[in-house]
Amino acid sequence: MSELPVSETDLQAYGDGRLGAERRAMVEAWLASRPEEAERVAAYQRLGKEVRAAYEAMLSEPVPERLAQAATRRFPWGRAAAIAGWIALGMAIGVPAGWQLRPERLVAQAAPDSTPIARRAAVAHATYSPEVRHPVEVGADDEQHLVAWLSKRLGMKVRAPKLDEAGMSLVGGRLLPGENGPVAQFMYQSQNGKRLTLYVRTEASRNRETAFRYARENNVGVFYWIDREAGYALASTDLSKDELLRLANLCYKQLEP
Amino acid sequence: MDEAQRLVELIPRLRRYARALVGDRAGADDLVQDTLERAWTKLHLYQQGTDLRAWLFTVMHNVHVNRMRATRLADPLGDEMPELASRTQPDALVLRDLDRAIARLPADQRAVLLLVTLEEMSYEEVARTLGIPIGTVMSRLSRAREKLRAMMLRQGAATKLKVVK
Repeated sequence: MSELPVSETDLQAYGDGRLGAERRAMVEAWLASRPEEAERVAAYQRLGKEVRAAYEAMLSEPVPERLAQAATRRFPWGRAAAIAGWIALGMAIGVPAGWQLRPERLVAQAAPDSTPIARRAAVAHATYSPEVRHPVEVGADDEQHLVAWLSKRLGMKVRAPKLDEAGMSLVGGRLLPGENGPVAQFMYQSQNGKRLTLYVRTEASRNRETAFRYARENNVGVFYWIDREAGYALASTDLSKDELLRLANLCYKQLEP
Repeated sequence: MDEAQRLVELIPRLRRYARALVGDRAGADDLVQDTLERAWTKLHLYQQGTDLRAWLFTVMHNVHVNRMRATRLADPLGDEMPELASRTQPDALVLRDLDRAIARLPADQRAVLLLVTLEEMSYEEVARTLGIPIGTVMSRLSRAREKLRAMMLRQGAATKLKVVK
């Protein structure tokens, strides 16, 4: 049987155990008559074992705190934690609702827009969330269609975040008139009937990002934020501020563009 | 599972590779920390559903290359390498020899050798991670192994014959 040529790549792959059966047999046959080459490949294999053994202990060492922090503390998780802290502080020192909450500092500000997203979202929530028979236009059973339709009307990709892990399941959504074009509203409901709406609109300035802000409009609690081309407001009358923050955080994570 | 959790789970592997790549523990952990921080600022470039490990190793590679360029450290260990490993550890000497030998490999050969040997990445994965053609992966791997073998042979001979340079 005539021998086929064996390349250096074949030898490396053979030593790494990465050849198919046929090729492996061929290389083995080739090495059988070349003891020096066979020894070289065997030496590579021994070295590989030594290298793996030498550094293996690193895998079972506890992760240093600073690295665990570097892996987890970043935005947005860190941001949410910082905001939660500020909210607690705000409540403790009696900061009025409607103040802007930032991780770095608390800033008192007049309403930045003439009709803030929080107010519009609160009004929409108050209008539709008590509906028993017609809370939404398109139900969650047709979620794909709902999302495609709203995306088309808003002119940007709209998604309904999954909030089931927080006990809120999607009821459906509807299209609403907004100041600068159509707005989407998704409605969620818990098993015991608590309702939550997510109000989504396009933002004119596309590169803005804000921290979460909290506002109370009458009885409606609203967390709202702007993330590049989209403005979001999460509204509920039934949920506590902490529950709402947790949900806002869940939405934020999933809606990241 | 969110990215933060997956990043935490990958830390031990990043540390192992960084430890072998950089040669000392503190420097390795600095590299891992820079990598994690860089990963967060670049996370929007990571495509959901693709291999997060391969992506992170790419980030680490880029961070490492930039740091090497910035510090111009050709050989961070040299002959002045301090005794880092504890003497009571039986593998300490082997580790030290290996560290020295690996540190003397050219940086791009070292990366290929370690990704194949430690991470047991496929040759294709290594090519993607380092952004080089697969032919280059194979030639660097071959050269790295041959150099490492020669260095370890010399070290072995030196130890046995008690020859001092």
